Amino acid sequence: MLRIIHIKVNGREQELAVDERESLLDVLRNRLGLTSVKKGCEVGECGACTVLVDGEAIDSCIYLAMWADRKSVLTVEGLKGPDGELSPIQKIFIEEAAVQCGFCTPGLIMSAVEIVGTGKKYDRQELRKLISGHLCRCTGYEKILDAMERIVEEVYQVSHRTE
Amino acid sequence: MFDISSFYEAKSVGDAIGALVRDPQAQIISGGTDVLIRVREGKDAGRSLVSIHNLKELKGVELLDNGDIRIGAGTAFTHITNDPLIQRLVPMLGEAVDTVGGPQIRNMGTIGGNICNGATSADSASTLWTLEADLVLEGPDGEHRIPVEKFYTGPGRTVRDRCQVCKYVVIHRDAYEGWYGHYMKYGKRKAMEIATLGCAVRVKLSEDRTRIRDVRLAYGVAGPTPLRCRDAEEILKECRADDQEAAAAFGKMALTQVNPRTSWRASREFRMQLIEELAKRALAAALEKALADTGEPTGDRNPATGGESNA
Repeated sequence: MLRIIHIKVNGREQELAVDERESLLDVLRNRLGLTSVKKGCEVGECGACTVLVDGEAIDSCIYLAMWADRKSVLTVEGLKGPDGELSPIQKIFIEEAAVQCGFCTPGLIMSAVEIVGTGKKYDRQELRKLISGHLCRCTGYEKILDAMERIVEEVYQVSHRTE
Repeated sequence: MFDISSFYEAKSVGDAIGALVRDPQAQIISGGTDVLIRVREGKDAGRSLVSIHNLKELKGVELLDNGDIRIGAGTAFTHITNDPLIQRLVPMLGEAVDTVGGPQIRNMGTIGGNICNGATSADSASTLWTLEADLVLEGPDGEHRIPVEKFYTGPGRTVRDRCQVCKYVVIHRDAYEGWYGHYMKYGKRKAMEIATLGCAVRVKLSEDRTRIRDVRLAYGVAGPTPLRCRDAEEILKECRADDQEAAAAFGKMALTQVNPRTSWRASREFRMQLIEELAKRALAAALEKALADTGEPTGDRNPATGGESNA
């Protein structure tokens, strides 16, 4: 049955008719064309479909779209600047060569957004745990961790300079 | 698209119970990290779902007037781990649920769901057994309070009726005050893993902090349900905290009270080895926490406000 829900997606209020059996993943990809959200394992193991709901990283493949009603959802599409430029997190992923095939990248970037949102500093060991809900079959994680370390460090520096 | 016949988002616990009574095919869904996987696998396909996912009344941790801690069944693992009350009074529970799945799963999965699934491997279960926690269920015939020890009836089975909603997990003041504990999860990976074995130990020391006044030992995956080893606990009572022989006997006695099976994850024999070894290691870790707590600020595990102090 189709139901009407209201979700703020990447800052924009959306009124959507969704099937109550749909995952948030399917709604974001198929109804809104937000294809940064990848469909991987579909059982919450690989993290490719990670998005933020009210600021928290979740696996959108096992999250019913109905649950997002009146909530705020953020995907990689929502990170771009006013002129379409990449966010600092995305730029660091590129500079650190933390991307190979790119399938896990959007999910990891959303986890990075959640991690820097805490305003805390994390060491490499803590970051390993914080990205443990993502599978990458290309990089061996070292480059991703390099990027994560830099992201956490740089955002921490910036936020503590402006305070 | 998930293979479910209908979906209803409950507006309150009472509303959820009403919906469950009306539809004999309906089952509860909370965090969804287990139910939707089972639907995907075809095991629970075609069922109708009554969702308690967004019920605010089931979320959060509260300290009651009598000193008991009441955790809403719909509280996600991350929120338990990050909760200041949990960190101060029962850090062991926050550490235990921080071993579930990965970060995204811990943002979604709930403590009520972890218990109500009836899985012996639930990472919160053995800790809740050592805390002698109560579960508060509400059904068509009113509210029931059930000790967690009486909750499990078999693998994947509990006393919870299909129409009952688990509302709270209650940890009594005398179960946390003066106690220290440690949960050890053994798995082949450090994340995204279901426990091959889980071991929870809690200790309470004598006033001069040289002897073990009381101890509790519980396991996950050491039998068809989580279980507690009272005979092993008896061995350690009034022993010196540094008594290695008693600690060894503690691990040995645990073996007489468990019944692990061979599964694709591990053999019965390997689990027996883990049961004996993890009892000793979790005991040592719990004692270390107990002896390290000087009542002074020592970091986030034992904050100045008392932690699991000897108050």
